[in-house]
Amino acid sequence: MNEMLPRAAIRAARTNLVWLALPLLAFGVAVAWILSTDPLSGFRNGAPPVENLTFERTVFDEGGLRLLVRAGGSEPMTVAQVQVDDAYWQFTQDPPGPIARGRAAWLKLPFPWMLGEAHAVKVVTSTGATFAHDIAVAVPTPQATTGQMRLQAMVGIIVGIVPVAVGLMFYPVLRDVGREGMAFLLSLTIGLLGFLLVDAGAEALELASETAAIFQGPVMVVLAALSSFLLLMAIGRRSGAPAGVALSTYIALGIGLHNLGEGLAIGAAFAAGSAGLGTFLVLGFALHNVTEGIGIAAPILKKRPSLWTFVGLTLLAGGPAVIGMWLGSLAASAQWSALALAVGAGAILQVIVEVGAYLRRQSERGRDVFLTPPVLAGLAAGAAFMYVTAALVKI
Amino acid sequence: MEKQTRQDLLRRRSLLMGGLAAAGGTAICTSVAMGQQPANHAGHGAQAIADAADPMPSMGHGAMMTVGDVDSAANGFDPTDMLTDWDTGTVSTLPDGRTLRTFEMTAEDREIEIAPGIKFPAWTYNGRVPGPALRAKEGERLRIVFRNYASHPHSIHFHGIHAARMDGVPGAGMVDPGDEFIYEFDAKPFGCHLYHCHAMPLRRHIHKGMYGAFVIDPDPERHPEHADVARSRLLGTPENTGWQELVMVMNAFDTNFDAENEFYAVNTVAHAFMKRPIRIVKGKPVRIYLINVIEFDPINSFHLHANFFDYYDQGTTLTPTLKTVDLITQCQAQRGILEFTFAEHEPGLYMFHPHQTEFTELGWVGMFDVVEALA
Repeated sequence: MNEMLPRAAIRAARTNLVWLALPLLAFGVAVAWILSTDPLSGFRNGAPPVENLTFERTVFDEGGLRLLVRAGGSEPMTVAQVQVDDAYWQFTQDPPGPIARGRAAWLKLPFPWMLGEAHAVKVVTSTGATFAHDIAVAVPTPQATTGQMRLQAMVGIIVGIVPVAVGLMFYPVLRDVGREGMAFLLSLTIGLLGFLLVDAGAEALELASETAAIFQGPVMVVLAALSSFLLLMAIGRRSGAPAGVALSTYIALGIGLHNLGEGLAIGAAFAAGSAGLGTFLVLGFALHNVTEGIGIAAPILKKRPSLWTFVGLTLLAGGPAVIGMWLGSLAASAQWSALALAVGAGAILQVIVEVGAYLRRQSERGRDVFLTPPVLAGLAAGAAFMYVTAALVKI
Repeated sequence: MEKQTRQDLLRRRSLLMGGLAAAGGTAICTSVAMGQQPANHAGHGAQAIADAADPMPSMGHGAMMTVGDVDSAANGFDPTDMLTDWDTGTVSTLPDGRTLRTFEMTAEDREIEIAPGIKFPAWTYNGRVPGPALRAKEGERLRIVFRNYASHPHSIHFHGIHAARMDGVPGAGMVDPGDEFIYEFDAKPFGCHLYHCHAMPLRRHIHKGMYGAFVIDPDPERHPEHADVARSRLLGTPENTGWQELVMVMNAFDTNFDAENEFYAVNTVAHAFMKRPIRIVKGKPVRIYLINVIEFDPINSFHLHANFFDYYDQGTTLTPTLKTVDLITQCQAQRGILEFTFAEHEPGLYMFHPHQTEFTELGWVGMFDVVEALA
């Protein structure tokens, strides 16, 4: 009898295998039938192929104008001519020839662009379809020189690392807060993170709308945010709910990922030639981000971590701004910035959930803690501070 | 298609760059200065010719040009050949002794290359855009046998004097696909005219390519007071062979159907005469039969560099209607004859273009290559 069991199991496994293979086989037959009989031919009406072209990067330098374009047509598309400001300009394409669906190519024009002026680019494909790209302000694209990298790092440090460090410097003062003060600070953190979540989500979706159709921008943003949220939740909860330094680390990571996405977008905007005016805006941005440091400090007020912990948290939260700026100005396109911001949004959502859970555990009132005056005030203050300081950097 | 048109300056990340740009001003200024070099503005023509070989010329006007060449062999017509390619039909004598001139015309759907790499689904007369340049002599009997091999009803509406039933409008000479019609009328008045399809919608039929030049030469015997001028216009006379005659049909193409033209040209191919300047023998006077059939823009013009010309509006006079001008404007369907000479000029490249600069930069521009004598 005992020998019969494995045989029965083998037989069952074989049956399962057949049931697995059968639907796959049926699908294979269907594909073969479609390919061989071409039942879709009846739909062909001689209409020209659908064409789509997305402008991913714009580079101005002493050689003229360079454009990275991505094809999204139903068939390979050919860029036949390029207009700038309603005039045809000679150009070269790299790589040359038709651009396959989803592929990108550089168009190089020896175009004598004007500093600070607007230019309108129009690509004409072989079918005569046109794709327009307006450049609001032409400024030279930063070269990947050490000087430029250092300059970008400096801005990244000012907007990313300095505010976090300043926020963390409140640590000694914050240590003396009582139970209610603690609840206020944690809910302040949730408020500011809530602002960042909305902000990152909106920016990611806005960038997504500029990406080639093939990337399905909004879907990509939502899926990336959700999966990064779930992944970080799973990692964070592998040995119970995070608290203390662990929770601070997650907050710093969430803010860091947000700053990476921001940095990518900033760098890409710079590379694309759009720029605003004024150093005060950088400072306004720094002020805006000071709250981030306070938020990171909140869970470790009772822990007395080492100085190196603070340094690590600062770098984790602020450092990605520098890396993002470098990557963004050198290589990023809208889809990568959108993706980074979406991942950041997911990470922020995870931190909101964890800080909320931590806040609940800290209080004997359980879920009701969210309805207490200090928490409600903290939530409002966090979001309001971010909102008001954000006004400094928007025109 | 145009959703990428906005550069959002209002984003806060963009604003940050202001600080960066301000901080890095010194470094940036250097490259700006280089980017703004005006480069070589002189010698348009020489630049143009050099461009064929050099894909990345200096950033002057020479780079402002379509890239590549049109395959004239595949098109079946060449803008340069069209300049002098008159269709004089076949000639026979009527019982009353008058000359009967018979032209054969067909309508065909054809995809043509209107600029390097740009295919346009055209409707054509005799497979070309513009259609054949018909030329007759004042007073002749004209017979145009028109067969429609295309997918839509078409007609030929001649600018000239004729009976209502020969007008080429709906109800008078409109030809369904597969059918045939014979237009018959006397050649009058002399002048530089045109013909075009008058099927509805009119704008679509014209902008798709159904038009051409229709020139009636004056009969010297009917104009004794200016017989020598008439003889110089009459194709085939010794006086006429002393002239260099060119037919230029100013046209344009809307390739993306937004009611604006993407390409402007003379004889269809944008920039054709920049890439291959028109050879002019210095000693021989030049006569241009100029016709404007551009759709979507009400007016076009012709401006000649370094020279002035006499203009005969509609070509229906033997004395100039405008003397010594360097620019004329033509409304849609307006046409005329330009006469000038480079006899006193030094050889070289002389530009011509409309003074609507936009049209110039979108392809309607060319060069006369004035030479001492043809080799």
